[in-house]
Amino acid sequence: MSDTPLLSVSGLTKHFGHRIGCADVSFDLYEGEVLAIVGESGSGKSTLLNLLATELSPTRGGIRYRMRDGAMRDLLAMSEAERRFLLRTDWGFVRQDATHGLRMNVSAGGNVGERLMAVGQRHYGRIRGTAFDWLERVEIETDRIDDTPKAFSGGMRQRLQIARNLVTHPRLVFMDEPTSGLDASVQARLLDLIRNLVSELGLAVIIVTHDLAVARLLSHRVMVMKSGRVIETGLTDQVLDDPRELYTQLLVSSVLVV
Amino acid sequence: MTAQSATHTAPETGYNFAYLDEQTKRMIRRAILKAIAVPGYQVPFASREMPMPYGWGTGGVQVTASILGPDDVLKVIDQGSDDTTNAVSIRKFFKRTAGVRTTTRTGEATVIQTRHRIPEQPLGEGQVIVYQVPIPEPLRFLEPRETETRKLHALAEYGLMHVKLYEDIARHGHIATTYAYPVEVAGRYIMDPSPTPKFDNPKMHMMAGLQLFGAGREKRIYAIPPYTQVRSLDFEDHPFRIQTFSHPCALCAAEGVYLDEVVMDDRGGRMFVCSDTDSCEERREQGHRGAMLADTPAALKGESSHV
Repeated sequence: MSDTPLLSVSGLTKHFGHRIGCADVSFDLYEGEVLAIVGESGSGKSTLLNLLATELSPTRGGIRYRMRDGAMRDLLAMSEAERRFLLRTDWGFVRQDATHGLRMNVSAGGNVGERLMAVGQRHYGRIRGTAFDWLERVEIETDRIDDTPKAFSGGMRQRLQIARNLVTHPRLVFMDEPTSGLDASVQARLLDLIRNLVSELGLAVIIVTHDLAVARLLSHRVMVMKSGRVIETGLTDQVLDDPRELYTQLLVSSVLVV
Repeated sequence: MTAQSATHTAPETGYNFAYLDEQTKRMIRRAILKAIAVPGYQVPFASREMPMPYGWGTGGVQVTASILGPDDVLKVIDQGSDDTTNAVSIRKFFKRTAGVRTTTRTGEATVIQTRHRIPEQPLGEGQVIVYQVPIPEPLRFLEPRETETRKLHALAEYGLMHVKLYEDIARHGHIATTYAYPVEVAGRYIMDPSPTPKFDNPKMHMMAGLQLFGAGREKRIYAIPPYTQVRSLDFEDHPFRIQTFSHPCALCAAEGVYLDEVVMDDRGGRMFVCSDTDSCEERREQGHRGAMLADTPAALKGESSHV
């Protein structure tokens, strides 16, 4: 663990014409830390996530990332080749819609193995062995290794996406609503899995969610967004149990209690 | 390949030499030169309508038309054979529009247009082989977006190609791709060698002749200059292997060549013969005899091993 942040964001702003995608977002993320970005739909959560993952280019602001060699690099000044390399080795991106994050016509083993082959592994037996291990870790029966994700349930697809992303041991994982669209028991199982993997691997995670329960269960810190701006940030229990802003109070009180 | 003048009178009047107009040929030659300069890179070109349907070799024909000179000797093969419809038609096309000499002999030809095979006889310096290519993009079936495949080529991100081979092994226990087997050219670009059987892949490596690829419908030209490294992709524990045949050619007894299976009757009778008809004929002329080769008297005496 290092004292310098893994990711350092300053003044990140994105305009879509006259509309604001997100405005003036700044934060630091340290290794092993889970940050939840919460807010209602349209609040700019996903825009922010896409900016961080360099899938969108910002109007203003900077993102700096500490590379494996310890050097802080400006992500926006990196070449596309370098960024893409980072994206498939040191980073992961778990998408809300698994069909966007997986190759639906490629077997589960191939999906998990793709990143390994992309970084130059050329030994079939070892690639398959690693895929096997990862399927086990994300609780997918290993005899499904040659089935395509088309034959998988929603929960399995999300778990496969996680395996596919974690196989290269990334240090930073982005998650965009990973549990939405799943039923409650499957959600619980997936959250449990993510929580275990995060603590086991010491991952830094930025998770976007509209579900405060997910934020409470997974994250150390919470950032509340409204209309593209961060209105409150702090430790998860602090923000959720004792919200300062009116909007956050509203958000917290709107959760159904069963 | 000799330069030809625009004033050459073609035998069939009303057509320019080798059908295409000179400006088009210049455009295609520029694409070819670029392709040679960047081995394995797919150069876009303004493919023309040809008097034949797409899929019949419109790309190959345009490349051939652009490099053909009056002194060239043309050979056209389809599946290794000189006498199938496609090969005969294209040969006749250039005979009529360019008046060039045509041949079936690999050794005599200066330009060889092919659809599936590389001749068994190694090509020498000064010979050009033109491939007809249906789908030039090796990543196409894995990544449907052209913008994305171009980016993958530009950044040399070729992990995806191995995913395809991985899937093959996972499904079939071995790399089951037998044709259009992806190759790496000069240590840089991944290239689809068109629908040639992987048996012919090793022939592309360090070939003395120039290899040109034309895809008419997809509007791409690519090339392998003479003496260029061409490596077939594989896994360390599943190395690249070419097809092997348990019998020699039934007509000329050649071994280590690519054979076609010919069904003889409806009782399971079949024979394996050279796919390269020219090489087979030449061997028979030299006196090689396969197990099923019958000469007329022997056949009349009923000594033939077959039927």
